[in-house]
Amino acid sequence: MTLSLSVRHRFGSLELEAAFDSPDGLTAVFGASGAGKTSILRLIAGLVRPVQGRITLGDDVLVDTAQRRFVPAYRRGIGYVFQEPRLLPHLTVRQNLAYGGFFSRRQAPAIDFDRVVALLDIGALLPRHPGTLSGGEAQRVAIGRALLSRPRLLLMDEPLASIDELRKAEILPYVERLRDELRIPIVYVSHALDEIVRLATTLVVVNRGRIAAAGPAGSVLSRIDLPILAHRRDAGVVLDVEVDAHDEHWHLSRLRCRAGLLSVPRIAHPPGSALRIWVRARDVSLATEPPRDTSILNVLPAHIVQMAPGDGATVDILLDCGGQPLISRITRLSASQLGLAPGMPVFAMIKGVAFERG
Amino acid sequence: MLDLSPDEWTAILLSLRVSTVAVACSLPFALIIAWLLARRRFAGIVVLEGLVYLPLTLPPVVTGYMLLLLFGRAGWLGAFLNAHFGIVFAFRWTGAALAAAVMGFPLMVRSIRLALEGVDRRLEEAAATLGAAPPLVFASVTLPLIGPGIIAGAILAFARSMGEFGATITFVSNIPGETQTLATAIYTFTQVPGGDAAALRLVAVSVVLSLAALILSEQLDRRGWRRVLGR
Repeated sequence: MTLSLSVRHRFGSLELEAAFDSPDGLTAVFGASGAGKTSILRLIAGLVRPVQGRITLGDDVLVDTAQRRFVPAYRRGIGYVFQEPRLLPHLTVRQNLAYGGFFSRRQAPAIDFDRVVALLDIGALLPRHPGTLSGGEAQRVAIGRALLSRPRLLLMDEPLASIDELRKAEILPYVERLRDELRIPIVYVSHALDEIVRLATTLVVVNRGRIAAAGPAGSVLSRIDLPILAHRRDAGVVLDVEVDAHDEHWHLSRLRCRAGLLSVPRIAHPPGSALRIWVRARDVSLATEPPRDTSILNVLPAHIVQMAPGDGATVDILLDCGGQPLISRITRLSASQLGLAPGMPVFAMIKGVAFERG
Repeated sequence: MLDLSPDEWTAILLSLRVSTVAVACSLPFALIIAWLLARRRFAGIVVLEGLVYLPLTLPPVVTGYMLLLLFGRAGWLGAFLNAHFGIVFAFRWTGAALAAAVMGFPLMVRSIRLALEGVDRRLEEAAATLGAAPPLVFASVTLPLIGPGIIAGAILAFARSMGEFGATITFVSNIPGETQTLATAIYTFTQVPGGDAAALRLVAVSVVLSLAALILSEQLDRRGWRRVLGR
C-alpha cells in the first residue's frame, strides 16, 4: 500500500512544500531539527489540515484540498508513536494497551495482545501506572498501544530519542520485525543515520521544508551531492549482501555483493542469509594501480562517477563498482597527486575490519 | 447544646436542598461554559466571560434584584417559563436554588476551566490517532483528567450556596418553610428580641457544615489527583 503525499503548509516560520511516495516497507524521513519532519507526520496523521495538497493511502483519499476532502485523524487508521510516549496517566499500562485496541477498525487484521506484550517485553509493567515507568519502558508501551490499534500505516517520530543506547539496540530489531513480519508500512522520522541505514527501505531527505531527495535508501544514501548527508563524519553507503561462506581458520566471512566478494571478520549469520552492511566513506581508500603487498583485504575495481569537494581538506568521490555505488572520502591533496577525475578507472580498497553491521 | 427547634431544622434542611439542587443543575452548564472559555476562540467570548463572572463582583442585592426582574412572575423569562412549563421561581425554594446557582456559577466555571487548561492536549491527540472520535476523547481522556477540578468546583459552589444571603433575600424574600435558608434564618433571629440563642445554634451548624465542606474538598482533591496521576 503506497502512501502518496503532495502538500503545502505553513508551520510558524517554516514553509513546508513536500511531495513523495512511500511504498511498502519502511520509509525513513531524515533531516536536521526543524527541517519539517514532524510536520510531515502530523499532516499524514490528520492532526493538521494542509493549506493545499493531496494525501492518499492506497486507494483511499485522506486529504484533497481541491475537493475539500479531509478525513479526520480518528478515522484514518494510522498509528502514531510520538517522540514522547503520551500514555494516558489515569489508566494502567494494561488499560492503555487496551485503549489502543478498543477503537480499532475491525476490518484490519488483528494483532495478538499477548504477542505484542511478549515482543516488547512489557508483561511485568501491565499493572503499573505510566507515571512510574522509565522513558524506555513508557515508549515501548506506546509502541504496543499504537500496534494494537491495528494501523494500516504506522508513523514513528524519533521513537528511540527518549531511550538509552542499550534499549535502542533491543528495540531496533523489533522495528525491523514490524517491517518484515507484520508487514506494516512505516514512516519513520529520525536524524540518526545509523538507525536509517539499518531500517530504511525508502529514504526521504528533508531540508528546510523541502524534499532534498527521495527514493530507495541505497541510492539516496550514495548521493554525494546532498550536503546534509555528505558533510557528516559518518557518511557512507549501504551494501545489501549475502553470506557466501565462512573461513573458520582465519575467522573470516565472505560476503557476496554486486561489487564482488568481500572478506570481513566472522559474523554469526549462516551462509545464504541476506544482510545489510554499512561502509563509511572514510574507510574507503583509492589506488590507480592494483595494489600489491598491502594489508587491505578488499580491493575492488571501480571507476569514478562524480567528485564533490567537502569542507576543506576532503573530497567525496562516488564510485561505481560493477553497479554497486561506493563513496570514498580522501584528502584533496591525494586526489590531486593521483590526478583523479570522473570516468577514471581506480581500485577501491576497504580494510576487512572496517565493516559494520547496518 | 445543639437542641434545634423544628423551624431551625427546616431552615438547615432547606439550605441543604437548595444548595444540592443548585450545584446539580448548574454543573452541566458550567462544564459547557468552561469548555467554551478554555478551548474556543470566538467573537463575544469577552461578553460571555463577563456575564459568567459578573456575580463575583456585583453586589448580591443587585444580582437578586436582576433575577427578580427577569424571573419574577411579571419578568419576561419568569412569565414565559410559568406559561409554558409551569415553572415558578418567585418566592419559592426553586428561586432560592436559582439564586444560589447563579452566585456559585463563577466559582464552578473557574475551577473547571483551570483544570481544562491544565490538560495536556497532546494526550487528546494521541487518543484521536488511536481511533477515538472527539466526543469519546472528551469522555475517556479529558473528563477523567479534569475530574478533580470538577469536584473542587462543585464543593466550592456548594459552600457558596450554603452561605448565600443577599441575592436570595432580594429575589425570593425570607419565608419560613419555603425560602428561609440557614443564612436568612440567622439574620431573622438576630433581628428579634431573644433570638440570640437560636442564631448562635445556627451559626454553629453553619461553621460545622463549612468546615466539613472544606475538609471534604481537600481530601477529594488530593485523592483525585493521586488517582489521575496514578501514584
